[in-house]
Amino acid sequence: MDMALILAKANYWGYVILLLIGLYALISKNNLVKKIIGMVIFQTAVILFYITIAVKKGGNIPITPHGKGYVVEAANFMNPLPHVLMLTAIVVGVATLGVALALAIKVYKQYGTLEEDEINAMIREQ
Amino acid sequence: MKILGWLTVLMCGALLIFNVSEFPDMGDANSPANSKQNLSEYFLKKAYHDTKVPNVVTAVLADYRGYDTMYETAVIFSAGLACFFLLRIFRKKGPKSRFYRHTPTGVTLRIDEGGKLPEESDVFKRIDSIWIPHDNIVRITCRLVVPFIQIFALYVIAHGHYSPGGGFQGGVLLGASIILIAVSNNLRAGIQRMSEKGAALMGSAGVLIYAGTAALCLLLGSQFLNYNALAKLLHIKPVVARYNGILIVEIGVALAVMAVMVWIYYNLSSAGKHDEGL
Repeated sequence: MDMALILAKANYWGYVILLLIGLYALISKNNLVKKIIGMVIFQTAVILFYITIAVKKGGNIPITPHGKGYVVEAANFMNPLPHVLMLTAIVVGVATLGVALALAIKVYKQYGTLEEDEINAMIREQ
Repeated sequence: MKILGWLTVLMCGALLIFNVSEFPDMGDANSPANSKQNLSEYFLKKAYHDTKVPNVVTAVLADYRGYDTMYETAVIFSAGLACFFLLRIFRKKGPKSRFYRHTPTGVTLRIDEGGKLPEESDVFKRIDSIWIPHDNIVRITCRLVVPFIQIFALYVIAHGHYSPGGGFQGGVLLGASIILIAVSNNLRAGIQRMSEKGAALMGSAGVLIYAGTAALCLLLGSQFLNYNALAKLLHIKPVVARYNGILIVEIGVALAVMAVMVWIYYNLSSAGKHDEGL
């Protein structure tokens, strides 16, 4: 594995690392808020992946000039489709984060703690 | 649980890392996603011809993938509703004691239940029960910045056809401006500008504008979300009707996103009580 390979795929390495950090936090963290932070990091990784796919070297943003007789050469513009998908995914991500935090507040009101093992112990005692 | 977590992460990580070399290089125009004769190429070449919108992202968002965006808006609205139903507590009584600051001298008054409350004015200002420092610089800076944020948000919504922007971004900016008021003053100042009822109504109005435009196309004898049908109603060319349909839909999205962002913030920051918060 040489340096050129790593540099040519730098964004994919970033995506893999972020994805793994998020996955680890989702599985192993004991605190519910830390789990939610892991979920957000996971989302960020997926967004980075999609946006990286859309990149074309020397490409422009996908806003096409529209003079008379202008023919759009698709190679000169970034791929618009991943941008569209991520645009909605970001806002929906914020909305789901809101619901997750609301659930965390509800759990804290009920049990007085956000640590998962303590909550589990309390549920078993009931 | 820790070991299990590490094991899963290591196995997933090994799979991903072995396969990174299979990914196309950064910016490769010939990668599968970017190569010729796929959907993106069609969008880039035909979007302006089909909709008269130069910004391909907006055209794809509100026209080609209109169904997706409609349900996305519905998802955001239901997230707002979910926060409301999970957290909101309606109580007639306020907290037991209220705190007022006498602005000229900086003295803080605590008024227990049953005491006479001073009228809210420039002299007596109600403050939250946790300690609040003097905040003139923060408040005045935010008050100066907010109108510019809102004007920029309107520009982002209205100019989404020609420059990066659109309903989602503009809506988030509008929501952020109101959240900034609530953060820099207190939650009650935010609610004064935009009440909870207003947020709920605007959120549902946004979804209704989107779905209503789509249903209107159906009633005018075309397919659901086919804005061409609006041409009969507006007496314009079908392509221009598409252009205007996208604008109407983007305004609906902006309304829904703005209202839901603010609504979620109100519920989360005060844990549903809507009296004291961040």
